Amino acid sequence: MSERAGRNGGGAVLELHDLSVRIPVSGGRWVEAVGGVTLTVGSAEIVGLVGESGCGKSTLGGAIMGLLPGGSRVAGEVLLRGQDLRGLAEEDYRRIRGDDIALVSQDPSASLDPTFPVGAQVAEAIRNHRDVSRRAARERAVELLRVVGIPDPGARYADPPHRFSGGMKQRVVIAAALANDPAVLIADEPTTALDVTIQAQILHLLRDLTVRSGTGVLLITHDLGVVAQVCDRVAVMYAGQVVEQGTVREVFAHPSHPYTRALLESQPAAHHRSGDLPVIPGRVPDLSEPPAGCRFAARCPRAHDRCAAPPPEIRTAGGGRVSCWLHHDTAREAR
Amino acid sequence: MTTTMTVTSGVRRARSAVGALPRSARAGAAILVVLAAVAVLAPLIAPHDPNAIDSARILAAPDLGHPFGSDALGRDVFSRTVFAFRTSLSIVFAAVAVASLVALPLGTLAGYFGGWVDQIISRPLDMLLVLPALLLAISLIAIVGPGSLVAALAIALIYLPILARVQRASALVVSQSGFVEGGRARGWSPLAVIRRHVVPNALGPLLVQAAILAGFAVQIEAALSFLGLGTQPPTPSLGLMLSDGRDVLTQAPWVEIFPGLAIAVVVLAFNLLGDGLRRHLDPQGVVS
Amino acid sequence: MTGLLDVRGVVVTFPAPGAGPRRRRVHALSGVDLSMRRGQTHGLVGESGSGKSTLARCVLGLQRPDEGSVVFDGTEIVGLRGKALREVRRRIQPVFQDPLGSLDPRWTVGRSVRESLDAFGVGSALDRERRVKELLDLVGLSPDHADRHPSQLSGGQRQRVGIAAALASGPDLIVADEPVSALDVSVQAQILNLVSRLRRDLGVAVLFVSHDLGVVEHVSQEVSVMYLGRIVETGSREELFAEPVHPYTRALLDAIPVPEPDARLVHVPLPGDIPSPIDPPRGCRFHPRCSLRVDACSRERPPLRPVTAAHHVACPVALQARSQAGTAPVEH
Repeated sequence: MSERAGRNGGGAVLELHDLSVRIPVSGGRWVEAVGGVTLTVGSAEIVGLVGESGCGKSTLGGAIMGLLPGGSRVAGEVLLRGQDLRGLAEEDYRRIRGDDIALVSQDPSASLDPTFPVGAQVAEAIRNHRDVSRRAARERAVELLRVVGIPDPGARYADPPHRFSGGMKQRVVIAAALANDPAVLIADEPTTALDVTIQAQILHLLRDLTVRSGTGVLLITHDLGVVAQVCDRVAVMYAGQVVEQGTVREVFAHPSHPYTRALLESQPAAHHRSGDLPVIPGRVPDLSEPPAGCRFAARCPRAHDRCAAPPPEIRTAGGGRVSCWLHHDTAREAR
Repeated sequence: MTTTMTVTSGVRRARSAVGALPRSARAGAAILVVLAAVAVLAPLIAPHDPNAIDSARILAAPDLGHPFGSDALGRDVFSRTVFAFRTSLSIVFAAVAVASLVALPLGTLAGYFGGWVDQIISRPLDMLLVLPALLLAISLIAIVGPGSLVAALAIALIYLPILARVQRASALVVSQSGFVEGGRARGWSPLAVIRRHVVPNALGPLLVQAAILAGFAVQIEAALSFLGLGTQPPTPSLGLMLSDGRDVLTQAPWVEIFPGLAIAVVVLAFNLLGDGLRRHLDPQGVVS
Repeated sequence: MTGLLDVRGVVVTFPAPGAGPRRRRVHALSGVDLSMRRGQTHGLVGESGSGKSTLARCVLGLQRPDEGSVVFDGTEIVGLRGKALREVRRRIQPVFQDPLGSLDPRWTVGRSVRESLDAFGVGSALDRERRVKELLDLVGLSPDHADRHPSQLSGGQRQRVGIAAALASGPDLIVADEPVSALDVSVQAQILNLVSRLRRDLGVAVLFVSHDLGVVEHVSQEVSVMYLGRIVETGSREELFAEPVHPYTRALLDAIPVPEPDARLVHVPLPGDIPSPIDPPRGCRFHPRCSLRVDACSRERPPLRPVTAAHHVACPVALQARSQAGTAPVEH
């Protein structure tokens, strides 16, 4: 059970067991946006959840935060420090959100109220959950702004968001998210809207702060490069399922699932030769009628008859897990 | 051959568009079709001459031959209501059509070109907009003299700046699309790009706003006629009938009630249509 | 291999948003030179405020520069109007970033692809229909796609349509502004392959604008790096990526997230924010964030100087350090 405990020994702060989310769409049909995901995030650990658009990674984040479209059905377990969040009353959930679990999303402009001073928004995040005086909250907010790298935080406390650049706004959002020392931070594409040199600053800051405070981070991203830069472990999602997970080093050096491999190879930054990039043929399956077997089989270069049945989850040599029939054989031969 | 293909595909698209409209829009359109039919076929529908005075039937209550009763001059209220539809709907239609047709090019050019073109077009329209609507109408009538045509022009003048603004806003949004820039880069002149890309894509909000405003136009026309500034007696119009009915409200309420109901139905129909169109064409809500 | 495009000293400013007694101006481009050869893909890289998209619009004739010249195949296109402008437009075609926004939602794919054929009156109606089918085939779509609307296509298919529409008039130069940044990685690879093939098979030159150095490295033969309205370094792909000289280029390369097991972010490659193009720093625009800065950097604008024949850089400090250290790259 090595990967259930975080790498820094803090134990799991977030555990998902066989989590599925079905979302109603028009015509009385349902889309299985997330299908049976099992995943843990340890204290002070950054887990990358990576996949292409429509793979269900943001829905998974929404399921953890208790923020899903109305009528959605969630099955399985979401454990926050061992407590099941599923079926929690909205009022109780609200108490947890912003306190034990915090969210940093893609667009910092949408996360901040354009009419309020940024400092007041950080202070409000504190006073929502802690019984502290205005003055104490203000002092703590200034301190947080300093920690996230806002120059001259005392003076800039009163500035409205539009006086800040995109990168600076995202720093403020991070300050508000980490204000109450959450156990878990869901970071949904936190740097996608930012320039690459600013992205590096924000990722560096995010890792620095969460490792120091022991917060476990689920970093949702489409960018495998970002995962390589800051994550400890990675889970690769395809069509609502985690097809492979393990340490970043293991998964990137020896990708086991054909989809992971194809995704890594199609990255131009990793492909230092000229000539055509390898591509993945075909399209993602329609999740209102997901295939019974392996969901990647129709696009897989190594698909086989067996792939019509759901693939087993196999432990890899490096301690990760992969859902693929190919490894069923290797594992058996090894035995 | 290409033209016929375009036309048929246009018809097909129009038909499927009507099918896809929300129920409220379809209901509004259906009511308006019926009312328009009444207006066009008024001479066939009205059982009596709307202006025929009958001293024996002064303020007579409704009966089988005169379902809406008779007014202070013994004229048949049902026949007058039918003809009043004709007058009022014509005025409303003319007013909204004129305003839309002028607003369309002005708003499109202002939105597409911006800069000084926008200034030249928008500033005078803004001045029209700040004048109170009825004051504007009354001033125009004071200069030209009362009448149906002048009432229509007055309403058009009230609506022109509103519609031009809506069209300017939606043309501005569409002008920033990649396909508009692409059209220019593909070798089309600005005017051709406006005709091919901007107008078709920016037209929705104008249609919505025009439909909603048409409902209000019925009320403005009624108000003007009520004040004696619009349609002149003895021509029946809904506003004039309201004015006549007010004097005899306690003795013969039917003289007032039926034209009042008629106005309500027209306003309701236009609002249903406008609201349904808005939900269909403009889900983001460019039209406020 | 002769010159196809020659941009010289182009300056573009816009009025800054908002009003005020003294409207300030956004300095989008402040004296940019760029040369492209026939049949070559030139990558233009930069972050927000670099002016890369404005430069692309100048080349397309959609933005008129305040100063400077844009010469396309011997013809000055700044100030060109009417028939002459149309002829140049036939030969320079755009591909835009957002494949959905760049196609008229009311038009079928076939009509969008045909747009420039219609504009230039190429061939008969039947010829054009046939040409549309050929173009769709060329970009990897089937002839049936001609009757569909953009909303019925995937993002990758839409961008293929955008490319087919750009190819229709038989251009010599395609200006592609962030053509893959709205696409998923696996789809992005398909479009990049298609762009590479255009150059290889059709000999079309491509000005490829992107914020992503990784993508640019993959498709380009020449690369120019822009920062706040100026080109700071330009050169052949091989030289620029193997031996970046400008401190900004080096930081940018450092910051690219590379999906490799040892690519962990150890230090922040470049501190500080990108300054506003409304009030850009004097002298070298990069100097406030630069680790090599000397006093002269805040006073004089550094000119582009040759590193080798095929590689120029606008940083005398880095250039000098490089020559002193022999050929070894400077560490910062």
